[in-house]
Amino acid sequence: MTMTVELDVVVEQPRRWALDPVLSVEHVSMRFGGLVAVNDLSFQAGRGDITALIGPNGAGKTTVFNCITGFYKPTQGMLNLRHASGDTFLLERMPDHKISAKARVARTFQNIRLFSGMTILENLLVAQHNPLMLASGMTILGVLGLPGYKRAEKEAIEKAKFWLEKTGLTARADDPAGDLPYGAQRRLEIARAMCTEPQLLCLDEPAAGLNPRESAELNTLLLDIRAMGQTSLLLIEHDMSVVMEISDHVVVLEYGVKISDGTPDEVRNDPRVIAAYLGVDDDEVAEVEEVLDDISEETAR
Amino acid sequence: MAPGIATNGPGSSPGAAIRDAILAGVIALGIFGPLVGLKTEQNMQNELIITTRWGTVAIIVAIVIFGRFLLTTTIWPAIARRKASDAGPSRTSVAVKAGIARWFPPVGLVFLFVYPAIVVGLLGFQGSLKWVDNFGIQILIYVMLGWGLNIVVGLAGLLDLGYVAFYAVGAYAYALLATHFGLSFWILLPLAGILAALWGIMLGFPVLRLRGDYLAIVTLAFGEIIRLVLINFRELTNGSAGISSIPKITFFGLYSFDISAPNYVAKVFDLPMSSAYYKIFLYYLILLLALLTAFVTIRLRKLPVGRAWEALREDEIACRSLGINTTNTKLTAFALGAMFGGFAGSFFAARQGFVSPESFTFMESAVIVAIVVLGGMGSMIGVALAAVAMIGGTEILRELDFLKAVFGEGFDPDQYRMLFFGLAMVLVMIWKPRGFVSAREPTVFLTERKSISGSLVKEGHG
Repeated sequence: MTMTVELDVVVEQPRRWALDPVLSVEHVSMRFGGLVAVNDLSFQAGRGDITALIGPNGAGKTTVFNCITGFYKPTQGMLNLRHASGDTFLLERMPDHKISAKARVARTFQNIRLFSGMTILENLLVAQHNPLMLASGMTILGVLGLPGYKRAEKEAIEKAKFWLEKTGLTARADDPAGDLPYGAQRRLEIARAMCTEPQLLCLDEPAAGLNPRESAELNTLLLDIRAMGQTSLLLIEHDMSVVMEISDHVVVLEYGVKISDGTPDEVRNDPRVIAAYLGVDDDEVAEVEEVLDDISEETAR
Repeated sequence: MAPGIATNGPGSSPGAAIRDAILAGVIALGIFGPLVGLKTEQNMQNELIITTRWGTVAIIVAIVIFGRFLLTTTIWPAIARRKASDAGPSRTSVAVKAGIARWFPPVGLVFLFVYPAIVVGLLGFQGSLKWVDNFGIQILIYVMLGWGLNIVVGLAGLLDLGYVAFYAVGAYAYALLATHFGLSFWILLPLAGILAALWGIMLGFPVLRLRGDYLAIVTLAFGEIIRLVLINFRELTNGSAGISSIPKITFFGLYSFDISAPNYVAKVFDLPMSSAYYKIFLYYLILLLALLTAFVTIRLRKLPVGRAWEALREDEIACRSLGINTTNTKLTAFALGAMFGGFAGSFFAARQGFVSPESFTFMESAVIVAIVVLGGMGSMIGVALAAVAMIGGTEILRELDFLKAVFGEGFDPDQYRMLFFGLAMVLVMIWKPRGFVSAREPTVFLTERKSISGSLVKEGHG
């Protein structure tokens, strides 16, 4: 019954990320026909934190991301995004482009989605579409060649330059994005997402396919973004060196259900996480199941 | 056989080349002898008789023998040599290409502006008619249509097989409003554009959820629906008989090109009467309209909306993740493309003086799409060149009367134009699979403008 005691402690002392969450996922379920990809998931991502969403393959992590960024509409539940200014947005009610434009949630993709036939600079300018569109007077003033748009474009290029510098891509700014090596494409995708000035940046496996050095560079970049203080990060990752090193808060999913939620150290030592990741011996299965039964009884009560 | 010879290269002896050429000739004789040499005809008694055309066969066989000899002795070795020496493009060829890219647009533009003067100078007013009208105006209409469709297909990557519908809307808008209400071309030109753009949006709303092949099929159907409505809505459009005696365009109401009018140009300026003035006026008008299309497109490419179109062609999902409203972006592409189609349509109606549904068949849409694809999607210069090649090519075929001397009096080269088209398209797609100009010019640069290889640029998927 030790687990019960621990759970009670959790309830009594709200965790740091629950104090000022940028994103609250509340009882979200996503069903595809008979398949339950995400089942009654609740967690919070703290403002200014790096929150990692981990779990074995097929655990439903990307589905959660797609719900947050509006590519899927969750079958049930609520996704509440709160800006530093206090504005709140219910993401499950917004179409995907509005989630990016209004709620300021940006994302990257597991299989990189760059505009490969456009230059790196153009990629970063497309990301600033909405402010530039306003500056060009919804195109009309821009076609006439009025100076207001020129100024706005210059500012946009300056911002692009800042992120090129941050991601070490300045030298290749005029090359097509499709020509970049894989690691640089990953960084460009992050730079492009950052050009939308997001409140929450969702990274879908940013370290996939990177070598250890690139992986370390990525860590620095993500910590840098956090240090700037404007953007909170939510990332899906398999690379435990990235997760354990940089994240403040880890949420573990298995078969669409949250099995653990806490600081990296807590999660690392959680028997359920170890069981999910490493598998357990036959005699331990019963033990783990017992523990799980206890938990479900506890929550049912 | 061909690759074997090609790899033998310059080493193969002239004797072998001659043997090879004769062998090719024998094969050609075997194939063309019965196919071309023998022809069945009905005589006066309604009997089937065989006539022979050995002269034609001899010419074909001679061409094959000579061509094969030329290929084996000079062309293939030259290609092989170039391939062997061709580690990369030589510096001079790069410089030449850059020079062409730099100077072709301004020189071409100047040529377009002096073209009527050159033709009139060479052939006189009466002789210039054909060259200004059939070649100049006809090609420029298709250049404009190609540039208009280029916005939809080339930039936004939405395959529209019903573009001719908007051309028809523009043409009928001018024809109906001018004949019924007597409105001037200069009022109806923008109106036709706006009407076509509205139709573009009306088509756009339901179909923009579709992608790729499905979008293409629905736009194709839309083109056909418009044509069928024009045929069957007889009360309004006069059905297949069409609308005739559409008023001519005036020079902003100041001068008329109507011989009976008091302000007929020739009367005002004391010139001899000729229909060439109107044609030259129309030439400059369509040239300016086409240049307007080009100007707007080039400007738009550098604006956020143009970049959003191209981004949409590259990856729609990424666009949405960056907060771009893809529905609106697609609709603007459709509306703008349709608007230029409408402009071209109203010009077409005014130029012909007659419109009927016959002019707006699927064939027209196909030709315009072919121009855009052949030119290289997204490239202005490429599309213009493709229009010249395709439409100019058709017109040139009408001029090849000397072929009658070879193939007999009944030979009409114009009837073979689809065959030539098909052949030319296949050849171009083998040599230049991404069209004449496949490289994409970036819209903005930090230090250096570098063309982007066509292999990286996506075609869009609906």
